[in-house]
Amino acid sequence: MIKTLRETIGGLWSLLVGMKITAINFKSPEITVHYPRQVVPDLEGFRGHIELVPKEDDPFKSKCTACSNCVRICPTSCISMKAAKPKKKEAPAAEAEGSQEPAAKKPKAKPEPVLFELNFNYCSLCGLCVQSCPTNALRFSDDVYLAGFTRQEFVFDLLARLQNQAQKKEQ
Amino acid sequence: MIEAIEAIPAQFIVIFVGFLAILAFVGLNAVLLVYLERKIAGFIHRRPGPYEVGPHGILQPIADGLKLVGKQIFTPTGADSYLFWLAPMISIAPALVCFIAIPFGPHLQIINTNVGLILILAFTGINVLALCIAGWTSQNKYSLLGAARDISQSVAYEIPLLITVLSVVFMTGTFNLFDIAAGQGAWPWQWYIVYQPLAFVLFFICVLAETNRAPFDLPEAESELTAGFHTEYSGMGFAMFFLAEYAYMVVASCIVAILFLGGFQGPIAPGVWWFLAKVYIVLLVMIWIRWTFPRVRFDQLLNICWKWLIPLAVLNLLITLAVIAL
Repeated sequence: MIKTLRETIGGLWSLLVGMKITAINFKSPEITVHYPRQVVPDLEGFRGHIELVPKEDDPFKSKCTACSNCVRICPTSCISMKAAKPKKKEAPAAEAEGSQEPAAKKPKAKPEPVLFELNFNYCSLCGLCVQSCPTNALRFSDDVYLAGFTRQEFVFDLLARLQNQAQKKEQ
Repeated sequence: MIEAIEAIPAQFIVIFVGFLAILAFVGLNAVLLVYLERKIAGFIHRRPGPYEVGPHGILQPIADGLKLVGKQIFTPTGADSYLFWLAPMISIAPALVCFIAIPFGPHLQIINTNVGLILILAFTGINVLALCIAGWTSQNKYSLLGAARDISQSVAYEIPLLITVLSVVFMTGTFNLFDIAAGQGAWPWQWYIVYQPLAFVLFFICVLAETNRAPFDLPEAESELTAGFHTEYSGMGFAMFFLAEYAYMVVASCIVAILFLGGFQGPIAPGVWWFLAKVYIVLLVMIWIRWTFPRVRFDQLLNICWKWLIPLAVLNLLITLAVIAL
């Protein structure tokens, strides 16, 4: 009997506590923003489509070594990449394709991507490419403003995107 | 022409004008309450609430109303269309009648009748019938369940409601709402809430249940019954139920204000403003409660009523009678 009464009074008290909590929240400033006119300041942690990470010393070049781990691990095969070795001089580049000797002569000529495309239509945002990248050259972008009328709009050229970002940063 | 007008009894003209005023009052209240409800919900959730239609969204209820007026009126297959469309009218009509006996101010009352309180309690009871018809004729299991819940809820909560009203009536010795309000003083310590605090709490809980407000909104529990008894209603059918719900809320708040908060009594300002202020404070508390507490389960709802409210109401009545007898 006494236990029931105590529980009831405790319950009634908890109702008042609940009303106090909503009253405090009522007075507190709102934490949402008026979206089209305001946007949230940062989208840290948002997992959008993947993008290339620039090198520390050269923002126009990506860290990618064209190992194509990401291409192989992608479950929906939505990454396509073409690799090539940079042509610093015209003459040795022609030899490089023929035999292995010139490559041994020039150990600095690392391969890099000349085409890095993401077909976002098929991407499931699983993140395996980001995890498997040995040089941490891939990351999730914070691009939330994705809308389009055609499928072609969602085939992203990530190298061009990197160039654009670097240019914007320089300005 | 003038003779023809003079031939009409003055009482009819009073009722006619009063009824028009009630219609305007109910409509305006619904618009204001919808806005307040959504804004308060927003602020409690720490979001802006309606904001886009008009400055700070003040035209939102009007936009909602226009949308409801423009919607297609639709009767479900197999429904009894006569009863189906009668139900919203049965719901709204008694709500309007209730206002004629309410004293809004010392000189602002349409009919000063000796049975004002009984009239309001009787007419608000008709709403149960409307919800029952609506649920029964909708040919929809959600509607039927909502109606069944509403009936068991209303029948249960009517008992403590009437008993607590009785304890105030025994104190004042009258069913006349004007006399009950006039019997209280201008200052808060002269109001009946001081003499009858338990009755006030019980009455307020019963009012929440009778008007189907959260946490007792089981007849229209969205998560389990889509919309309960008004699932199948579109356009103005739904709007009438909605209007009726808010009208009953206002009626209930008026009764709370008259029985326990001194009605139109108050210092300095004219009585009408005191009355409206008190009614709106009660309404705001009802809205506040709605956005604070989760919905109770059905067995909990009936347990609260039968195990707590009715015994406490009877106890309160007995104490009141003992005090009066001494």
